[in-house]
Amino acid sequence: MSSGTAMVEVRGVHKRFGRLEVLRGIDLDVRPGTVTVVLGPSGSGKSTLLRAVNHLEKLDRGYVRVDGELIGYRRVGDKLRELPEREVLKQRTRLGFVFQNFHLFPHLTVLENLVEAPVGALGVPREQARARARELLSRVGLADKADEYPRRLSGGQQQRVAIARALALEPKVLLFDEPTSALDPELVGEVLDVIKDLARTGTTMIVVTHEIGFAREVADTVVFMDGGVVVEQGPPAQVLDAPQHERTRAFLAKVL
Amino acid sequence: MTTTTAQLSLRPPADPTAELPIVPHRRPWRLVAGLAALVLVAQFLHGLAVNPGWDWPTFRAFVFSDSILRAVGVTLQLTAYGTVLGFALGAVIAALRLSGSPILRTIAWTYVWAFRSIPLIVQLVFWFNLAYLYKRIGFGIPFGPSFVSFGTMDLLGALGAAVLGLALHQAAYAAEIIRGGVLAVDAGQLEAAAALGIPRFRQAWRIVLPQAMRGILPNAANEVISLFKGTSIVYVMAIGELFYQAQVIYGRTGRVVPLLMVATAWYVLLTTVLSLVQYRVERYFARGSERTPPPTPWQRLRAAVTEIREKQT
Ligand SMILES: Nc1ncnc2c1ncn2[C@@H]1O[C@H](COP(=O)(O)OP(=O)(O)OP(=O)(O)O)[C@@H](O)[C@H]1O
Ligand SMILES: [Mg+2]
Repeated sequence: MSSGTAMVEVRGVHKRFGRLEVLRGIDLDVRPGTVTVVLGPSGSGKSTLLRAVNHLEKLDRGYVRVDGELIGYRRVGDKLRELPEREVLKQRTRLGFVFQNFHLFPHLTVLENLVEAPVGALGVPREQARARARELLSRVGLADKADEYPRRLSGGQQQRVAIARALALEPKVLLFDEPTSALDPELVGEVLDVIKDLARTGTTMIVVTHEIGFAREVADTVVFMDGGVVVEQGPPAQVLDAPQHERTRAFLAKVL
Repeated sequence: MTTTTAQLSLRPPADPTAELPIVPHRRPWRLVAGLAALVLVAQFLHGLAVNPGWDWPTFRAFVFSDSILRAVGVTLQLTAYGTVLGFALGAVIAALRLSGSPILRTIAWTYVWAFRSIPLIVQLVFWFNLAYLYKRIGFGIPFGPSFVSFGTMDLLGALGAAVLGLALHQAAYAAEIIRGGVLAVDAGQLEAAAALGIPRFRQAWRIVLPQAMRGILPNAANEVISLFKGTSIVYVMAIGELFYQAQVIYGRTGRVVPLLMVATAWYVLLTTVLSLVQYRVERYFARGSERTPPPTPWQRLRAAVTEIREKQT
């Protein structure tokens, strides 16, 4: 089943909303244990691409494979047939997603937020899930907040909890959609530090962000998107410091 | 240079205004208005106590009488069945209306439309007279012979007909209240649950419903209370609930006002209990929704007492 060495394989992905074609043939490979940072102007389709990877958006054409497994579809003869929701939900437990606005469950404590998916989706025994949750909370520096409700935490703390919640499923890949965009500037650092720490320990990640400094420091690959296509991709030294395309140069000139 | 700064910050400024005691703003008119209102309340209470028209001895004679207590029981029974069955059916209808199937959505919409359109009293009389339309109800092959059959009146006594009517009526309103609560939950919550791979039923039960409860509860409590008093409508079916029983007694004794007061007292008392329960339940479902939850009335009372004590010392 697995073709080549990519952990995430995106091939010819097209997506339109009504008359607007948001993704116009995206190809992308993410090797295991590497960090891919996706840059691009607003509306270029970054979020849509990320959501397509874990099938929060259906595709019009093309496919996504994670660790060799087709996401959201099954090949039947010469067609890709959409999987039943139950199967898609099972696949998503192998992909962690971190949202711009955290989306923590406000009626559950921090610990319960981390326990909910392992228990509810994977059937992990509750005690085991709780022990693991506490480990993860100390990893993101929030061991003392386990019994607090999310709304009583700062934005940076909430996003760290959201990262820990995604990690609780021990996913193969973590997807971040602008994880620091909803935060005050002084809180950005603490969240980026957690992501850097994950990068050091070899977690495969795709990060959509506007933090160029972070991209330069952490990314193995930088992908620049515009108008629903990948304009340019490569190591940060190449894409950020010696961009080949005019559009990349114009974008970097604006954000730097 | 550094020593001067240190000295400056150590010594407070010698500003006499900063030393003056602070007193709250006085509101004399608020006091006057409050006293006037108290006088009116006192007059009203005095009237209640001394006007012989209220006939308190009769009130006392009947308020705890067996027939009234039994009638209160029937009223509570009707309310409980109507609420439980009504909200259970309402939850199903709300789920149908929120489902992806156009057929199920249409069926649910039609149910709500029909039962909100038909006056409750018409419905009740209809169920009560079902035995007149269909003497026997049988189960078997559709349009063919039936295997078992019951006399309609045996299957559906007067009380059963009343419960059926109230529950079907209540379900239409409950469905809309539940649907409203669910719609008010942030769509990001479902998306986060889906991204975590949480199974569909668990998403609804563990993530959406507890949050929807905040919006559902105030309206649901309204419904329960209005159903509780609304049960008096079944007096048309000669069921011995509270209002019917009060009527029977004043029909016999001619003492209308005190018996209406007996019924009123029970309605007020039980509505108060329901309101207290509502407060408790709402507080439970509000957990985590605010940074600092508002104090309970008990905490507020204690805080006020401490404040007064501190003022005196
Ligand atoms: N569900 C939807 N229905 C219709 N249009 C949509 C939908 N989702 C996204 N779009 C449109 O698709 C385009 C790409 O959106 P997307 O969110 O992927 O952009 P983005 O690159 O993430 O931008 P930003 O940096 O502002 O987050 C936008 O023009 C947006 O309006
Ligand atoms: Mg976006």
